[in-house]
Amino acid sequence: MAKSLTAYLDELRDSRVWRSIFRSGPGQSNLHHALVVQSNVFLHLFSVKARKRVLDFSVTWYLGALTFGSFLILVITGVLLMLYYHPAVPLAYTDMKDLQFVVSSGVFLRNLHRWSAHAMVLLVFAHMFKVFYRGAYRPPREFNWVIGVVLLLITLFLSYTGYLLPWDQLAFWAVTVGSNIASAVPVFGHRIRFLMLGGNLVNANALLRFYVLHCMILPLTAIFFIAIHFWRIRKDGGLYAGTPTTVTEKEGER
Amino acid sequence: MSDDKDFVAGFDSNARKAPLRVAFVTRRTSPQVKVTDEEQLMTHPGVFFRVAIAVELLTIALVTLALLWDAPLEGLADPMHTPNPAKAPWYFLGLQELLHYFPPVVAGVLIPTLVVIALIVIPYFNINIQAESLWARDGIGRVRIVAVVAVVLCVFLAVFDVWVALVPTVIVAVFMFVAARSSAPSVPRFRRWLYSKPLSFWIMTWFLAEAAVLTAIGTFFRGPGWSWVWPWRS
Repeated sequence: MAKSLTAYLDELRDSRVWRSIFRSGPGQSNLHHALVVQSNVFLHLFSVKARKRVLDFSVTWYLGALTFGSFLILVITGVLLMLYYHPAVPLAYTDMKDLQFVVSSGVFLRNLHRWSAHAMVLLVFAHMFKVFYRGAYRPPREFNWVIGVVLLLITLFLSYTGYLLPWDQLAFWAVTVGSNIASAVPVFGHRIRFLMLGGNLVNANALLRFYVLHCMILPLTAIFFIAIHFWRIRKDGGLYAGTPTTVTEKEGER
Repeated sequence: MSDDKDFVAGFDSNARKAPLRVAFVTRRTSPQVKVTDEEQLMTHPGVFFRVAIAVELLTIALVTLALLWDAPLEGLADPMHTPNPAKAPWYFLGLQELLHYFPPVVAGVLIPTLVVIALIVIPYFNINIQAESLWARDGIGRVRIVAVVAVVLCVFLAVFDVWVALVPTVIVAVFMFVAARSSAPSVPRFRRWLYSKPLSFWIMTWFLAEAAVLTAIGTFFRGPGWSWVWPWRS
């Protein structure tokens, strides 16, 4: 009789090579499930167990997870877009036209990146307001809230720097409007603007700076803070599920 | 206990001298301690698979969006030709709307800086952590303070002609006064819920309302020279 697919998978997961990579091996016990999380450098950011109530949709609306999901989509589509992009004037714009007319699925790639970027900004805001209205920022989670504010700012900068890259009229003037605001900073305004743009106007230098910020510095910073953000959830007592009813009853007894 | 921390723990790293670790949990416990007796499940696969499904649904939604609507692409950037109006990305249009009323140093620098600082300090104020109803103590006195603040704010906004920001302010203030008079158990549930809300809830709700209204107006209701346009007439 032919072995079932699960049996083959279990055999694979029990093989010497597989077990040298993923330590947990086959098995459905809680110990195995715990090892999957504990013995993985990425997954061990999360706790091994979670409160059952946090899975209810109404508790989190899964907004944090969805924000991270949109970030993943942006990283993947962004890397693919980098393959077709030159941060130079006017090549940047002709690359957009190439995406439109030459590259297979180029339009789809750019659309997905653009709409995911808008979605991420929206989701970050939604996540922040949801956390606030649930009171999930309260101690011991106060510092994770601060990291969340930092991530909000990084998201806005990511979106803003990406806005310039197509080098069309929309991009150019949106960034001009934004950078004019920076020059309103007292005393250092014009220096900040010069540092930001690599010149007094939005030009090829600004495009290169925004490109480096958008594709290297800001995503790496974001990943760094996202890692801390996730790890702090575990360290601060797991996903917040509101005040448990059992404890309120106990407090009433006192 | 004179120490007002939530959680006091003492330990010794020398296991031979002190094999036991003792934790004193004071009356107001920290969340980690509170939830130990709650029902739990394994993160793998319980949480991971649900998150994966949520992300997959998001991906489907965004892919559908990307297939149906194209991202905007205008002509090549031309520094000599300014479009009218030149608009920032949508999440900055609330600020750009404020720039219409206030000098750049106020609308572009002071207000965003204050907003970021205000967001950061939220969890560091005990008043936000205890989250007591705004009207629980000295209700009448607080109604007076809220009334004064609301009137001053409205006059300030009116002096600078910021009528669009005045509307959410008035609406939130009305809801606050309704909430203040909703402590009786006979009033509808929604009003009692409003009554139970702390100060931070009202400030954040006001901020959210202002941000949403200003962003929507900057996005849809502003045309050439930042003049008022009706989006359905263009």
